[in-house]
Amino acid sequence: MRAVRNIWAVTKRELGSYFSSPVAYVFIIIFLMLSGFFTFMVGNFFARNEASLASFFLWHPWLYLFLVPAAGMRLWAEERRAGTIELLFTMPITVWQTIVGKFLAAWVFLGLALALTFPMVITVIYLGDPDGGAIFTGYLGSFLVAGVYLAISNMTSAMTRNQVVSFITALVLCLFLVLAGWRPVTDMLVNWAPAQLVAAVAAFSIIPHFDSLQRGVIDSRDLTYYFSVIVFALFTTGVILRSRRAS
Amino acid sequence: MIQAEDLVKWFGPKLAVDHVSLNVKPGEVLGFLGPNGAGKSTTMRLITGFLPPSEGKIAIGGHDMENDGIAARSLIGYLPENAPAYPEMTVAGFLGFSAEIRGLRGRQKKEAVTHAVEICCLEPVYYQTIETLSKGYLHRTCFAQAILHDPPVLIMDEPTDGLDPNQKHEVRNLIKRMGQQENKAIIISTHILEEVDAVCSRVVIINQGRIVFSGGPDELRTRSRSSGAVTIAVRGVSESDLKESLTALPNVDSVAILAKNDGRIQARAFPARKDGKPDLGTARAVAALLREKNWEFEELHTEKGRLDEVFRAITISETPQKEGAE
Repeated sequence: MRAVRNIWAVTKRELGSYFSSPVAYVFIIIFLMLSGFFTFMVGNFFARNEASLASFFLWHPWLYLFLVPAAGMRLWAEERRAGTIELLFTMPITVWQTIVGKFLAAWVFLGLALALTFPMVITVIYLGDPDGGAIFTGYLGSFLVAGVYLAISNMTSAMTRNQVVSFITALVLCLFLVLAGWRPVTDMLVNWAPAQLVAAVAAFSIIPHFDSLQRGVIDSRDLTYYFSVIVFALFTTGVILRSRRAS
Repeated sequence: MIQAEDLVKWFGPKLAVDHVSLNVKPGEVLGFLGPNGAGKSTTMRLITGFLPPSEGKIAIGGHDMENDGIAARSLIGYLPENAPAYPEMTVAGFLGFSAEIRGLRGRQKKEAVTHAVEICCLEPVYYQTIETLSKGYLHRTCFAQAILHDPPVLIMDEPTDGLDPNQKHEVRNLIKRMGQQENKAIIISTHILEEVDAVCSRVVIINQGRIVFSGGPDELRTRSRSSGAVTIAVRGVSESDLKESLTALPNVDSVAILAKNDGRIQARAFPARKDGKPDLGTARAVAALLREKNWEFEELHTEKGRLDEVFRAITISETPQKEGAE
């Protein structure tokens, strides 16, 4: 109970600080504009002539690639820079409560940005008769990808007091998740690395897990993938915070 | 209330805190002094649980910081150096957040925040964001955060830094009151020596990570060379005559001429010392001398001793020489 209240206090504070700075508004506006641009101009939404949001969701792993690290880079780097980390960690709250609280705040914020794309849903319903289930799992998949990127950004933010370093490191790590199963990457390995390694690298890829949710399938293996990456990244955040405090 | 035993802290190869032990009882205000970089802030970070010590143990109210950190930390109010606070939050939001983490909800939270705001005079800036505050208000906001849950232990790193003289006076009175009347165990670090006199019941001086003095402010003062010294000003007496007669007194160790003009000589007689304590009969002896010689004098008083003198003597003389001698 105490833990939940502490996490909620941190989440509330963190969400508040998103909206009391221009970060939140700039983020939401850019996200909405870019997702619209990619859906209609690049994804040929109308030319597809089908009432689905496939061309909308298709771009999300790429859009998030730089937007999510931008939203997550301040989480710990800013605490370090302002010295407030000293206040936070001398209060009666555990490290994992603060990590979870901060992560949830940023994830709720990303969820809110995603929810503001609802005119897309209205559009396809107006134009045709879309599959409601696929739209739901599409949103779920998009939200989970954002969560994975965010957990990684949370981790890189704990490593440094410099937000730019945090941003770039998170971007590269997330890019690895996107590209891991891509042909050029696996082809690069396939000639010299053992088959298991190639398979292992490919298994890190986020795209197949994203695709199956886009097709309307909720597979426990996909959910396991998302949540294990999130839990691993948050756990690593805790290890980093602890070890950086010790030295 | 605060027990720190044999704390050692290494930063890589650098020894920042070297076997420091502190024990503070309720009602005691401990003044923690030392030159910059002596390890004051690091020691405070160890005691508040922000940094884990390399060696040693910390217990707050009987709760071990390592094994029972939440219970230990919930007893502490901490004002870190430079008073950090979330810049984008309002004072109201920041204090509300601190109260919630301290487990205060609903009416309790409201009362605690109102009380702290009153004590720290934050009403005019209550709805302002922290980044727009002046340094004095910022400092008091962080101070309010430290006292809002009425903790039995207060640890403050330079609590009067950046305040104007009136605010300094208020904060000192507040700290003194919290020590004496509210029976809190308090540690403040400072390098303003007048503060020691104003609020502290005990003084610990740290230099290069080691404790070099521990005792009451008066005890510290008697270590001053001028403590117990007798200053006089006489007229119509020759300098050599005055000097000789004073030096001849058994209680006087040496004599210094402070000023000389228009036949008026101001001199100071430093007392002989036994076990570091000045001879208290010096003033009587000097007065007797003045009467006996029938000198016309304008001034006769005993020096209480100066803290800055002792502070310098302790922290400078021990710095290079002790290292070399050991």
